[in-house]
Amino acid sequence: MSDASHTPRIIPDRLTSPLTRALRSWEALLVVVAVAVFIANSIASPYFLDAWNLSDATFNFTEKAMIAFAMAMLIIAGEIDLSVASIIALASTAMGIVMTAGFGTPAIVATGIGVGVLCGALNGFFVARLGLPSIVVTIGTMSLFRGISYIVLGDQAFTGYPDSFAYFGQGYVWWVFSFELVLFAALALGFYVLLHRTNFGRSVYAIGNNPMAALFSGIRVNRVRFILFLLTGLMSGIAAVCLTSRLGSTRPSIATGMELEVVTMVVLGGVNILGGSGTIPGVVLAAVIMGLVTFGFGLLNVPGIVMSIFLGLLLIGVIAVPRLIARMRR
Amino acid sequence: MSILRKALTTAALATALIATGAHAETKRIALVVKALGIGFFEAANKGAEEAAKELGDVEIIYTGPTDTTAEGQIEVINSLIAQGVDAIAVSANDPDALVPALKKAMDRGITVISWDSGVAKDGRMMHLNPSSSALIGNTIIKLAADHMDAPGDVAILSATSTSTNQNTWIEEAKKVLPNYPNVNLVATVYGDDLADKSYREAQGLIQTYPNLKAIIAPTTVGILAASQAVTDAGKIGAINVTGLGLPSEMAGAVESGATISFAIWNPIDLGYAATMLAYNIANGAKAEPGAEIPMGRMGSAKLDDNNEAAMSDPFTYDKSNIEQFKSIF
Repeated sequence: MSDASHTPRIIPDRLTSPLTRALRSWEALLVVVAVAVFIANSIASPYFLDAWNLSDATFNFTEKAMIAFAMAMLIIAGEIDLSVASIIALASTAMGIVMTAGFGTPAIVATGIGVGVLCGALNGFFVARLGLPSIVVTIGTMSLFRGISYIVLGDQAFTGYPDSFAYFGQGYVWWVFSFELVLFAALALGFYVLLHRTNFGRSVYAIGNNPMAALFSGIRVNRVRFILFLLTGLMSGIAAVCLTSRLGSTRPSIATGMELEVVTMVVLGGVNILGGSGTIPGVVLAAVIMGLVTFGFGLLNVPGIVMSIFLGLLLIGVIAVPRLIARMRR
Repeated sequence: MSILRKALTTAALATALIATGAHAETKRIALVVKALGIGFFEAANKGAEEAAKELGDVEIIYTGPTDTTAEGQIEVINSLIAQGVDAIAVSANDPDALVPALKKAMDRGITVISWDSGVAKDGRMMHLNPSSSALIGNTIIKLAADHMDAPGDVAILSATSTSTNQNTWIEEAKKVLPNYPNVNLVATVYGDDLADKSYREAQGLIQTYPNLKAIIAPTTVGILAASQAVTDAGKIGAINVTGLGLPSEMAGAVESGATISFAIWNPIDLGYAATMLAYNIANGAKAEPGAEIPMGRMGSAKLDDNNEAAMSDPFTYDKSNIEQFKSIF
C-alpha cells in the first residue's frame, strides 16, 4: 500500500496515441478496401490502369458524392432526406422549362440550383419549423417533387440544351480532370472544413448526439437543422445541373433510386445512421470505393445484379466486422 | 513500400499478359439491353450468340443495368468504351440521355447501332426496328384471312382511338384489304387497352355480327380479352381471334383454339439481326440512307432517310411453337 504513493501516477490525456487511433479508424479500413479494390481491378482487367478510363469511371460517383457530403451532415445531425433524387428531377425539369423559354446557360444553371435550394427549404420548413419527423416529410416530398416533373413532362423529354451547358457534365478542366471531378474535390474540401473545423460542424455533432442537451447549451438546433436541409437541397441542385448536362436531356425518371445509393455511400463511409458520428473523408473514400467497384465489375462485364450483391455484402461487412471484433474482445 | 511495388509490378505484368491475349482478330460486339433478367432480352441474346457462331470471329458481350435506367446504361456504356469493344448494339432506356455517351463511343471508333428501342439520330449509326407499320398492317389481315375459306365478317378491336401505333397499323391494314377478298371488315371498336372494356367491346361484336369469322386485335390487352370473350360465348371454332399478343399470355388461348395464330416480333431474330448489322458496319459497311446492309438469314436491312430499317414481318406464333416461346416472353 505504501509503495503506491512513491510511484509517479500518469493520467493519460487520451486513451491511445493519435497514430494508433488513426490506424484503427474506419477510414483506415476504407483505405485498405479501396487499395485492395484498386489492385484487384488492375490485375483483373487490362483496361483499368488507363488515365482516360479512370477519368470516365469517376462519373459513376461524382454526382452522388456531392449530395452524400450534405447528406452525411444531415444524418450526423440525426435527420435524413430521402427526396434528393426527386429534387434532381424537379430541378432538371425546371431547367428544361427555362431552356425551352429561350434563356441561356447562366439562367439554366441558376434555375437548377435555385429550385434545389427551394426544395431544401420546403423540407427544412416542415422539419425544423413544424417539428415533423424528417423521414416522413421527405418520403412525402419525394413523391411530390417527382410527381410535378411527371405532370409537366409526361412521357416527353426536354432536349436541345445549349452547347455551352454541356461543359458541366462533359467538360474537362485540365487533361483527364473533368469539371465534375474538380468540383467533387473542391466540395469535399469545403465540407471537410465546414464539418470538422467550424463551430457549425461541432453543433451538428452535438445535435446528433443529444438534441436536448445541444439546445440547453445554447445551440439554435432548429436553425442548424433548417440550414442542413437547405445545404442538401443546394447540393441536389448542383448535382442536377451536372447530371442534366451529362445526359443532355431531361426526363421525369432522371436519377430514379439515387437517394438509396447516396444513403448507402454515407453509411459505408462510416456515418452512424442513428446520428452523432461520421466524417467527410470517410464519405469520400466510400464514394471512390463504390465508383471503383462499379467500374471494375463493368470492365469484366459482370452482370449488374452481382454488383448490387457485392455492394450489399460490402456494406454489411464493413458495418458488421468492427462490431463483431468488439464483441469478441469482450 | 516494396510490397506496394511488388503488387504494382504484378499488376503491370498481368496487364501486359492479358493485353497480348486480347489482341486476337475477333470482333467484340456488346449487346446492351434495357435491364438484365428480362425474358425478351435473354432471347435476343440467344439470337446474338447464334449470329456469333455463324460468323465465327465474334465474341458477344451481353450486358445491361440492373434497373431500366438511362444512368445505369451510361455506366455500362462507359465501361464498354474503356474496354475498347468493336461495336455496341443497344436497346435504349432513353432515346436522348444516352446520346452524349454513345457519341463519345463513336468518337473513339466504336460502331454504335440501336435496336428494338431506338436512340436519337445523333447517338447511333443506324436503328433497327423489329418491323414496320406496313408489314404489321399486312400481317394482321393475313392472319385472319389465312384461316377463312369463305368470305366473312371481320372486326378490329383496337386500343384507344388516339393510340398512334394502333391507328397507323389499322390504316396500313385497310390499304391491303383488296388483296384479301374473303375479309369483309365491318367495324373497328376501341377497348382503351383496359381488360374489362375490351372484353365488353368484344362481346358486343359477337352479338352484333352473327356472321363474324374473326376479331383482329393489334394490342396485347385486346387480343387476350377478345379470346376470353369468344371462349366464354362458346364460339371457339366459329370466331378466330388474332392480332398482336405475347406468347406467355396467349398460350392458353392457342391451346383452347380461340386463337389459331397471332404475331409479334421474334426477339431471337432481333438479337441475331442486330449482331449481324453491328458486325457488318464494324467491318466497313456504310450506314447511310438508301444503303442495304446484309443481316444473315434475315435478308438485308434497307436504311431510310433517318438511317432506320425494319427487320421483317412480325413472327407468327401457333400451336407448333407456342410451347417454346411462352417461357421466353
